[in-house]
Parts: sequence; C-alpha cells; structure tokens
Amino acid sequence: MTKKITIEPVTRVEGHGKVTVHLDEKGNVTQSRLHIVEFRGFERFIQGRPFWEAPVLVQRLCGICPVSHHLAASKAMDAIVGVTPETISPTAEKMRRLMHYGQIFQSHALHFFHLASPDLLFGIDAEPARRNVIALAMENKELASQGILMRQFGQEVIEATAGKKIHGTGAIPGGINKALDPQDKDRFLNGADPLNAAKMVDWAEDALNFFLDYHKKNKEFIDNFAAFPSNHLSIVRKDGALDLYHGVLRAVDTAGNKILHDIDYNTYLDFIGEEVKSWSYMKFPFLKNKGKKEGWYRVGPLARLNTADFIPSPRAQKAFEAYKAYTNGKPNNMSMHMHWARLIETLHAAEMIETLLQDPEILEGELIREGKRQSEGIGLLEAPRGTLFHHYQVDDNDLISMANLIVSTTNNNEPMNQAVHLVAKEYLEGQKEITEAMLNAVEVAIRAYDPCLSCATHAMGKMPLKVTLLDASDKMLDEKLKN
Amino acid sequence: MNQIIKIEIDGQVCMGQKGQYLVDVARENGIYIPTLCNIIGMKPRGACRLCTVRVNGKLMTSCTTPISNGMQVETKSEELDNLRNGIIELMFAEGNHFCPACEKSGNCELQALAYRFRISVPRFPFQFPQRDIEAGHPLLIKDHNRCILCKRCIRAIKDESGKSIFAFTKRGPKVGISIDTTLSAKMDKTLAQKAVEICPVGAILPRAQAFRSPIGTRKYDKTPIGEEESSKKDPVAL
Repeated sequence: MTKKITIEPVTRVEGHGKVTVHLDEKGNVTQSRLHIVEFRGFERFIQGRPFWEAPVLVQRLCGICPVSHHLAASKAMDAIVGVTPETISPTAEKMRRLMHYGQIFQSHALHFFHLASPDLLFGIDAEPARRNVIALAMENKELASQGILMRQFGQEVIEATAGKKIHGTGAIPGGINKALDPQDKDRFLNGADPLNAAKMVDWAEDALNFFLDYHKKNKEFIDNFAAFPSNHLSIVRKDGALDLYHGVLRAVDTAGNKILHDIDYNTYLDFIGEEVKSWSYMKFPFLKNKGKKEGWYRVGPLARLNTADFIPSPRAQKAFEAYKAYTNGKPNNMSMHMHWARLIETLHAAEMIETLLQDPEILEGELIREGKRQSEGIGLLEAPRGTLFHHYQVDDNDLISMANLIVSTTNNNEPMNQAVHLVAKEYLEGQKEITEAMLNAVEVAIRAYDPCLSCATHAMGKMPLKVTLLDASDKMLDEKLKN
Repeated sequence: MNQIIKIEIDGQVCMGQKGQYLVDVARENGIYIPTLCNIIGMKPRGACRLCTVRVNGKLMTSCTTPISNGMQVETKSEELDNLRNGIIELMFAEGNHFCPACEKSGNCELQALAYRFRISVPRFPFQFPQRDIEAGHPLLIKDHNRCILCKRCIRAIKDESGKSIFAFTKRGPKVGISIDTTLSAKMDKTLAQKAVEICPVGAILPRAQAFRSPIGTRKYDKTPIGEEESSKKDPVAL
C-alpha cells in the first residue's frame, strides 16, 4: 500500500505552505512537493493605479523585507520618469543603499537568530517546545539578545531613511524624499554600545564565528543535509563584486561555468521564463537557454556568493575567501551553507552601513531628478532572500497597465522542492510511523532558504506546514499539522 | 458696530459676534468641534453632519447654526461621539479608503479624524464599490474611490467667471464629483494646487508629485487634528 504524507503548516518561515510526500508499497518516496496554497494577486490589483503609488503599495506584499519591494518598484518607476541608475542623484542612491543594507542586516539577523538557530542549537529532533527564540533566550541569553539588538539596529536604519521601520515612503520615482539627518548619522556611528555601526560589525562577525564553530563540530550534517547540484543566479556589480542594490544579471552552473553572461536586467524576459504548475500558486522560473527541466536555479545568499567574484568590504571579503576555499573556489551546493553565506552577507551589510554613514553626500545634495518619460520600467535588486524582479508598464494617463513580479522565493521554488525530496528520501523512506523530528527535518531544509511564501504567492500570514502520509490509493495514513 | 453675543459651550462662557456660526465661535474660543465639509470663510453647507452638537437640547449642525444670546451648547458626550464615529465609519465603509498606499496619508482629515476618535474598524460592512480614476486631466487626477462628496472642491474651485470647475455627475448611489473638462482646460498650476489642498481626503491628486513629504513632516504626523484649535488661545475672558 502506498502512502502520502502531508506537512501543514511549515513553521518558522514567512507565509503559508504545505508539503506532501508520496510513498510506494515498499515505502520508497515516489513524489514530494512543496505546495504554496495561498494567493494574493498584487500583480492584478496594482493595475489602474497611478504609477507613483507602486513603491508604497506593492511593499505591502511583505512585513519582513518590504524595503526590497519598495526599492525594486522605485527603480522601475525611476525608468518611467526617465531616471536611470547612472543618472540618479548620488544622495538618492546612497540613501536607498543605506535603507537596503539596513534591511539586509535586520532580515538576515531575524532569520539566523529567530528562525534558524534553534534548529542548530537544540537539534532537529529537540522538543518542539524548545525549538524557538524564547528557549534560545533562556539558554543562551547573550546570543539571543545580540540577535534582537542587531535586528533593532537594522530597523532603526530603515526608519531613518524611509520614515518608518516597516512600510515607509522614502524612495520615490526619480529619487528620495529626504537626505539623512545628521543626528541620525551621529547616533548610528557614535551611539552608546551596542547600538552603533562598529559594534554591529563586530557582532556580525561573532555570529559568523558562532556558525563556523558549529560547522566544525557538525561537519557531516552541515555539509551533507539537503546538498544537491544546481545553477545559481544573482545580480553582480559590473566588475563582478557582490552588490545587493544594483548590477547585471549573472548565472553560473554547478561547475562554475557562466551560463548567463552579465546581462542588462532590462532584457530579463529574453533569458528567464516562468512555468506554472497546477498544484502550487507559486510559479517556477527557469533560464530559457537551459530549458524548463535543466534551467532552474537557486537565488539568495548561497547563489550570490557563487556568482560574485569578490566582496567590496574588507572583513566580509576575508570571510568570503575562507568560504570559497572550502569548495576550492567552485560553486557551493550545500543547502545548509546558505546560513554561512547569509552571515557573511550580514557582516558585509554592517560594513556597508558604516561606510555609507561616513559619506558626506548622504547628508545633503539633490534628492529628485527627472528625464524623458518612458512607458515601461524594470527594477531588480538582491533582496535578503534573493533576486527580486519588478516590471511595470504605464499608460499615457500615468496609470499602471501591467505588472510582473518575480519574487526571490519564487526563484527558489524548484530548489526548495529538490531539497524537500532529498530530505524526504533520507528521513521518511521506509518508515512506518512519522515522527515530529522527521517532519522538522523537511522543514529545516525549506527553512534554509528563508522562504517568504507571502511574497512569493502574494499570499498573507505566517507559514504553517502540514504533512500528510498517503497510500498508493491516496488514502491518508497519517497527518501532522503544525501551526 | 458689531453686536456681541454671549453663549455657553460645554459650560464655558464664550463670546462671538452676531451672524457668526457656532462652529467658528467655538474655534475662536479654543473649543474644537470636528468638521469635514466646512471651509473657514466660506458659506457652510452642512453636508457631512460631523459638526453636530446639542443646542438647547436639540441636535444641530454647528457649521450652519448662527449663534444667539443665551445659547446652551453641548459639544462632547458619549452620544455625540457615537454619532460622529458613526458618520466617519460610514465614509470608510462606503468608499475604498486604502490609507497605506494613499499619498494623502498623514495629511488626510478623514484619516486624522479616525485616529482622533480611535476608530480601528467600521461597525458597518465595507461596500467595496467599483469606482474608477479620472486621469485625463493634465494637472490633476480624480480618484473616485476616496471621494466623500463633501462638495468642498465644488464650492471653492471656480474659474475666472465664478463657475465651479468640479461638479456632481450621476445620481443616487452612483453619484460622484468630476472635473469639468471644458472649464478646467484653462486651469493653472496654482488653482490645481488649491484643489488638491481643499480636498480633505486623497480624491484630488497632483500628477507625479506623491510622497514628497517625508513621514514625520506631514500635517498630522505629530499634531492630531483639532489640537491646534484646542490650544489656540485661552477662552475669551468675561
């Protein structure tokens, strides 16, 4: 008799999803899927709205990294008002970058400390009641409080640039609505410990060292859990540097060969397609030159450190060199190394915040520019979870007539399905009974991608997970539900 | 010589001049009565009913009621708050007021009133009406989703010959206020800006100028609506 296992909801991720695993008569995994079961439809209801509303409206997709949507939409709307990344004012670009790095810093801190670290500290098979940030705070007060304060610092950087910690209005078509207040600059650079940029750089490095120490002790798990070969895609700066705000699109295959050669992202439609499958509201993007079957790719911290040649900040670059040496300079395909890459990026974000704060152009200068009005705008950036695409068309009356969003987590759809399949085979194959620890193993694999299912489907709410075990005739044998 | 009239508002003796409306006398005496359709200095219309108070025991709109000697006025009570909240909630339920993406947010009188009266959810079901946006005018956009039909634009925005540039269109539940394309053809930027400012909500918008005011600098970011009036001056001394 075959079985179907359903995990619903998936926990400690953003949004709502479920996993189904099909087993044959011998208990072998025949099919596994991560289903995204909610739908929001921002692409449709932004139509007919004035174009300048997009950066403020579309960011409501998400409460974790709304700055990504705010800035990607603003970059697209820059194009509508005739401003390019080359012609935008230095003050506007630097304020936006500061906002963005503030967000990368807080979002990565949130993921590592609040969502992922309980699995690492207490183990996949620990009591579910312990696998959360509260237990973390009780058992490792210093680590937990660092995580919370790092997030606070990032949120305060966002507030100083966007006006609010969540859903601000700083970036507008063609620029920004204010320069940085000198008092904020002084507070972030010289504020009392720990809420200053230098301390955040130190703490980001401490978090990285914490992971490296964990890795040493748990090499087998970190290197092998849900590891699989894939293509990797991200934006890189024109000279190959890691750049989370702007650049060209690059993809490499599992051996490190370039399969997307630093293209202008305005031509993304020539290179990237989206496949729809009946069992999920999340689309499946792929590289057209590789086809639907072979062209899927990963995005996010792991992919970014696979595509970038170097990191333009000293301490993160040093960490990057050690990271690259671990795979002899070849692409890293180990899912759990996503945490390693994420913490290197956290360190980079802290360094970038410190550098930008010292730039005099962030305090004064031209805020808004205008150029020749266009009818189409495309804005891409690297959100915490990966490459984010915003694409709009605007009619002659300034109303949006088309919107296409490819959100970071959507890009990671197939990789997450691959990870689920691998873990399901390892942990569930041949089992007669499902334990909570087995289900959590599946979730740990998904969680490594820090998925934001709310964004990816334009869905709302937290991400619960349901696992159902079905037999060959689709009769449910067992089901576990997690809220 | 102006005739001085003495009235009592919420137990406080106030003075005004003959012919003045109650809402203006209250404001000049540092007492806030919420309004939406009223424009200081213009003939009142009593359209929104938000300024309803009890005058000598009867419910009356303070914007259309001239003062008279010995008038006893009550502006604050649980009953009046409930009536005003009901009016505000009806406006939110009747239109499509999506504050998070509205550029008037922070400068919007309807939103500011909802904050002042601590309204989080209307007691009435949202109607989600199907409404469009008039986006053909070169200077302005008229968003019917947010219009509360207060008539402020109709009364205040006129061409050189005194004709209203905004006018009612359709009837009954489909009634709306539109820009007269012929009369508005000669509208200059100053008059367009006045139209934007006279609108208490985000129904009349300038083209491509949104979100220029950073959060924290908008009208009601730090001072709730009505606070300026309340703290304007001490009550008139006898």
